[in-house]
Amino acid sequence: MKLPVWLRPLLFIAVLLALWQVAIDRHPGQLLPGPIGVAKGILDLLQHGLLLKYVVASLFRVTWGFGLAVVVAIPLGLMLGWHRRGQMAAYPIVQLFRPISPLAWIPLAILWFGVSDLAAIFLIFVGCFFPLLLTAMSAVHNIPAVYVNAGRNFGLSSSAFVSRVLYPAVIPQLLTGLRLTLGIAWLVVVAAEMISVNSGLGFLIVDARNAGNRYDLVVAGMVLIGAIGLMLDLAMRSLERVRSFHWSISED
Amino acid sequence: MNSVAKPRRWEAFFWPAIAAAVLLAVWHYSVVLTGTKIFPSPTNVKTGVIELLHKNVLWADIGDSLRRVAVGFGAAVLVGIPVGLWLGWSAKANQVVNPTLQILRPISPIAWIPVAIIFFGVGDRAAIFLIFLASFFPIVLACVSGVSSVSPVLRSAGCNFGLSSTQLLRRVIFPAALPQILVGVRVALGIAWLVVVAAEMIAVDSGLGYLVIDSRNSGKRYDLVVAAMLMIGIIGLVLDFSVRRVERIKSVRWGFRNAS
Amino acid sequence: MTEAGAGQKMRVEHLGMVFQRDGGAVSALEDINLDVSAGEFVCIVGPSGCGKSTLLNVLAGFLSSTSGSVTIDGEAVTGPDPRRILVFQERGVFPWLTVEGNIGFGLSKLSRAEREARIAHYVQTVRLQGFEKAYPADLSGGMKQRLQVARALAVNPDILYLDEPFGALDSITRVIMRGELLRIWQTERRTILFVTHDIDEAVQLADRVIVLSSRPARIKEILAIDIPHPRNISSPRYLELRDELLTQIGLAYEV
Ligand SMILES: Nc1ncnc2c1ncn2[C@@H]1O[C@H](COP(=O)(O)OP(=O)(O)O)[C@@H](O)[C@H]1O
Ligand SMILES: [Mg+2]
Repeated sequence: MKLPVWLRPLLFIAVLLALWQVAIDRHPGQLLPGPIGVAKGILDLLQHGLLLKYVVASLFRVTWGFGLAVVVAIPLGLMLGWHRRGQMAAYPIVQLFRPISPLAWIPLAILWFGVSDLAAIFLIFVGCFFPLLLTAMSAVHNIPAVYVNAGRNFGLSSSAFVSRVLYPAVIPQLLTGLRLTLGIAWLVVVAAEMISVNSGLGFLIVDARNAGNRYDLVVAGMVLIGAIGLMLDLAMRSLERVRSFHWSISED
Repeated sequence: MNSVAKPRRWEAFFWPAIAAAVLLAVWHYSVVLTGTKIFPSPTNVKTGVIELLHKNVLWADIGDSLRRVAVGFGAAVLVGIPVGLWLGWSAKANQVVNPTLQILRPISPIAWIPVAIIFFGVGDRAAIFLIFLASFFPIVLACVSGVSSVSPVLRSAGCNFGLSSTQLLRRVIFPAALPQILVGVRVALGIAWLVVVAAEMIAVDSGLGYLVIDSRNSGKRYDLVVAAMLMIGIIGLVLDFSVRRVERIKSVRWGFRNAS
Repeated sequence: MTEAGAGQKMRVEHLGMVFQRDGGAVSALEDINLDVSAGEFVCIVGPSGCGKSTLLNVLAGFLSSTSGSVTIDGEAVTGPDPRRILVFQERGVFPWLTVEGNIGFGLSKLSRAEREARIAHYVQTVRLQGFEKAYPADLSGGMKQRLQVARALAVNPDILYLDEPFGALDSITRVIMRGELLRIWQTERRTILFVTHDIDEAVQLADRVIVLSSRPARIKEILAIDIPHPRNISSPRYLELRDELLTQIGLAYEV
């Protein structure tokens, strides 16, 4: 039997789904829904207009939290990276803050911002800020000295130097860092919504479980989280593939 | 690459010390000036840490968190590396399985919490399952991309000396992909540390994450909250540092651009 | 040119190679016929991109040809084999192994004592004494190439294929490396097929030089270099052969 190449992964997914359904059918009274139940759950959400509302709520928080972190962390990181003493001063502190799970900030976020969108946005901001700062610092650090010297050699003014050497040289690394960090933002928003607000996909999951064990909606929420996360990742990857960003230092 | 003359040796300690002092001063004076009774000053946090140490709560919680990470992350390494090597090695298998991985990967490990609770109840095993999930995907994907970027020249060289497939995998492909695999392992360990704290805030009642949320809920002890956060940061730093030490070993160091 | 018989090592007959790429077909080799005798030093020259690496990869068994055959000692070549080792232009050494580890790579079947003796011998042969424990990252380009040659020689191959092994080195190192290779060839007496795009290199090293045409590669000319070693590179015969080769490639008197 020869299957066309594009069909094989689809078939694999279909087999997994079928196994899942069969496993559920054989254990009636199970809380966990099968794929059909999940599909019905998603339809249910659509009909009540909750799907769009929650997706938009989550994306809204991610956009603000991630956007603010990018606007603050990248310029700061580039500046610190360029001035070696700045990097030396900031590095240990950033390294200490980075492994603190953004969720551990929840008590402080609620203390400062109450149970609100602002708290969730703050958590996402914290979760993205430190990784982005590190990415920007190391991106500057990794510019080969030849580029810098060549730029100086041509007598560029500082602003021309930033726009024509520094910026293009750090872009590829920054884009990779941005993609990974957006993944973190998506992870944090779900967790934050489970604890500190009452809308969004994370809230959907906790709420569906607490209010009546609607596990079909729980898994529907997970599927949506996966699908949107995948789309965000693909969008960032396509940005990385844009021609003028495409080179990278490691290519020699 | 730098903008000014090479810093001297003492500056490596001097500037971080200055930065830390400034940070502490800003923190201290903003607590004093705003006159807040809830948010702790650095001194309060220090007392908090000492209190935790004396009550032995801290050590038990640290032990619990570390044990969960060790088991969940260890299992992810043990399962993820062989799976990743296999997928990287066999283009066909990768073609079939990769889309499924890509769909599962972006599901926030936190979102699995309700499902984990169904399977394992509220307890250790649920948390370990979450950590396993969170670290499994980055490790597998790092292996796949590590193996597929092994230079064909090295593969050919290995073949030339009459190696069988398993020998080739063990003696050429694995060591050649190891630097990239280690990066994946380090990233995964970082994620595991983020997730254990989150899982402990929701799904169990011990560990550093529980300490954070419990200190807040039972009596608004924000000094203990910040003390626990500090411990989380320090331990995460130590974990990261120990994987970086492995990256410094000579037989993998060649793969890291900034080393040596 | 070569007399078939006891000394014959390799016979290549009507070899052809066509790559299928993006629906189109690229012909890289066309009707290559060649006999090589044991212990011979053969250089292969040709314009860049003509198919020299493809030829070596077919001879070494990494690629299977689309037509024709390669037989070595009367046996058809079907895949890579430690009796014939290919040395790459660069990045061929294993960066995670030390000099010793690289040289010992193909020796896992030997006993420990034998292996160590073999490694020590070839460290001497390529003059890497003192670097036994060093990793490739700490070696110069020339040392890495010598290491590759040592790793190849250590498994006692009959044939050594070298694909522009000195192409990435600076010109002074290249001259030194040629001397080293000749010295090794004269003591170890292996059959060597050496691809280069450097005419001088070919005339200094080879017993015979095979000139390939541009793609698809065909044998344009086979030139015997009848100067005994050590060769005087300002002798009239040397200059004559060199000019002959340059003419063949179509570059004579152009600079
Ligand atoms: N795997 C392949 N698929 C398609 N074309 C190839 C492949 N390998 C080599 N070629 C083509 O064959 C020609 C000869 O390549 P090569 O043998 O590497 O040249 P040389 O070593 O003489 O510079 C080139 O035009 C190259 O593009
Ligand atoms: Mg070539």
